[in-house]
Amino acid sequence: MSWRDIAVVYRKELTDSLRDHRTVVAMIVVPILLMPVLTIFVGVFSARIIGKAMLQVPSVMVVGAENSPQILAALRALPDVRIVPAAPDFAQEIVDKKVRAAVEIPSDFDAMIARGETAKVRIDIYQGELNSGFSADKLQKFFRDFRDRAVLERLASRHLPENLAQPIVVEEHNVAPPEKVSGVVLGGLVPYFVIILALTGTMHPAMDLTVGEKERGTIETILASPISRATLVVGKFLMVLTASLSTAILAIASMGLTLAGAGKMVAGVPQINDMGLQLNVSLRAIFWVFVMIVPLAVLFSAALLAISLFAKSFKEAQSYLSPLTVVVIAPAIVAVLPGVELNAALSLIPIVNTSLVSKEIVSGVYHWNYIALIFGSSCLYAAVALWVAVRLCQREDVLFRT
Amino acid sequence: MIVAENLGKEFRDKKRGVIHAVRKLSFRCAPGSVYGLLGANGAGKTTALRMLATILSPTSGSASIAGFDIRRQPEKVRQSLGFLSTATALYGRLTALEIVEYFGCLYGLDRPTARRRALALFDRLGATAFLDRRCETLSTGMKQRVSIARMLVHDPPVMIFDEPTSGLDVIAARTIVAFIRECRDNGKTVVFSTHVMSEAEKLCDTIGIIHDGELLAEGSLQDLRVRFGHADLEEIFMRVVCA
Repeated sequence: MSWRDIAVVYRKELTDSLRDHRTVVAMIVVPILLMPVLTIFVGVFSARIIGKAMLQVPSVMVVGAENSPQILAALRALPDVRIVPAAPDFAQEIVDKKVRAAVEIPSDFDAMIARGETAKVRIDIYQGELNSGFSADKLQKFFRDFRDRAVLERLASRHLPENLAQPIVVEEHNVAPPEKVSGVVLGGLVPYFVIILALTGTMHPAMDLTVGEKERGTIETILASPISRATLVVGKFLMVLTASLSTAILAIASMGLTLAGAGKMVAGVPQINDMGLQLNVSLRAIFWVFVMIVPLAVLFSAALLAISLFAKSFKEAQSYLSPLTVVVIAPAIVAVLPGVELNAALSLIPIVNTSLVSKEIVSGVYHWNYIALIFGSSCLYAAVALWVAVRLCQREDVLFRT
Repeated sequence: MIVAENLGKEFRDKKRGVIHAVRKLSFRCAPGSVYGLLGANGAGKTTALRMLATILSPTSGSASIAGFDIRRQPEKVRQSLGFLSTATALYGRLTALEIVEYFGCLYGLDRPTARRRALALFDRLGATAFLDRRCETLSTGMKQRVSIARMLVHDPPVMIFDEPTSGLDVIAARTIVAFIRECRDNGKTVVFSTHVMSEAEKLCDTIGIIHDGELLAEGSLQDLRVRFGHADLEEIFMRVVCA
């Protein structure tokens, strides 16, 4: 095997692939555009919808308003709720989204409160509907405040201290830095997208450079040249790896820029601010995520090259490779699941390990022992896959399968 | 020089069992001569030539090309030969010049030398007008000229043609026939396979008739005519094959 010949094959494959629009789309266009498009049309759009729903003044019916003029007056005084006249079919009105919620006040409400008893108020909503949910939140807050005031009045009337009904106060305090809070949310998503794109960016070049040669009849031309088959496979493998890595680099860069841009766009959304999220990933994290993606990209490139080499036709190769997307998505999605933590055993499972370690890196956690273990094991799997590809290229029954 | 001795190739097929594609094929071809393997489709011509080109490895026997053993020195064998068949297609997205340059580099030439030789070959083959065009845009005849330049770029002493005119129109086929003749006149060792009798009659110094993987008859056209008592090669072929 000669490095000079490998370079000759690689240069030719690169030129050839860059002239193939399907490769260019998968390798350059998709990773650059996917994140901005997803973020803008899904992320920011949904954030805006949520923000708009939160700011919207919902129509609410008060059923049995005559039972408590003071509640009705207090509800009318709320700036973010619009009280509309009650109708007998208020439930249907909610289902039809004409009103967002209804409050049912029992007949002896005021009397029960006055007697110091417990009165039951029912809030009718359309469960799962965004605006109805926000209306319920506002009404719940109103009645919580009302209850607290009633408790204080009852304590005062009996000359009891205010803290009698509140023996303890529980306060939740976040000690994690903002990037780690962001990491919990983004940490799973970033590697998920990068891993999927590193795979999809590899698919077309892997097929084009192997089974594509069989279909176009150029395989015999190249096999009649003096270079060894190992040289040929390594040259092609490097081109597929280039496609995979450039897809991953562009995806990471695009994702970083998109998150920074999206962070600015949603900065005013109260829910995002409340969560303490920073929609950006540090350069150090980007660098290390990329480092961890490299052996995985090598594994993808070699495995897809071997599988495509085995296929008789493009169609057959596609039928082998398409299910691979699911095979890769399933372990990649593990990192998105809450509660799954990296350990030594998971460090040896391909894709799951890269996905989890990338999640940690984005969160600012660097377990160097696991990073070394994952890098080493991924390199080993990649070397085995490349060896299989070279062996397959030396088998006549694979090269000339009919 | 090509020397094949008892060359054999077996394939294993799940349905048909062991298939003997080539059995004990022996022949010699000296520099400056053309050896023609004449046979029907499926006779074993392509398998035999692929073994000589080291694309397939033989299951028995041996052969040498320009003094190099096809089993022990496959890379040197390929370095010494040019191989052309209807299956040796061109890379559609590369230009004619890029392809010939690429193969020049694969044959060990440095890039400037490969380019210089490619340009000289295009000039000689009358292909200068389309050397910067992508091969996917070329006509069949143009592609044939590029293929010829591709197989000549390293100036090999041995040339192997596997049914080189199959599927070509008369003009493109004549270009190939003229080229094979030119190779022979330039002292190259040429083996080519065909099932077109007229081509064999025109070109071959020695004809080997192959059927079911076996070489059934061999000799010059004149020898075969005398041996089988018939002037027409097609008639000779049928007598050999049907015997």
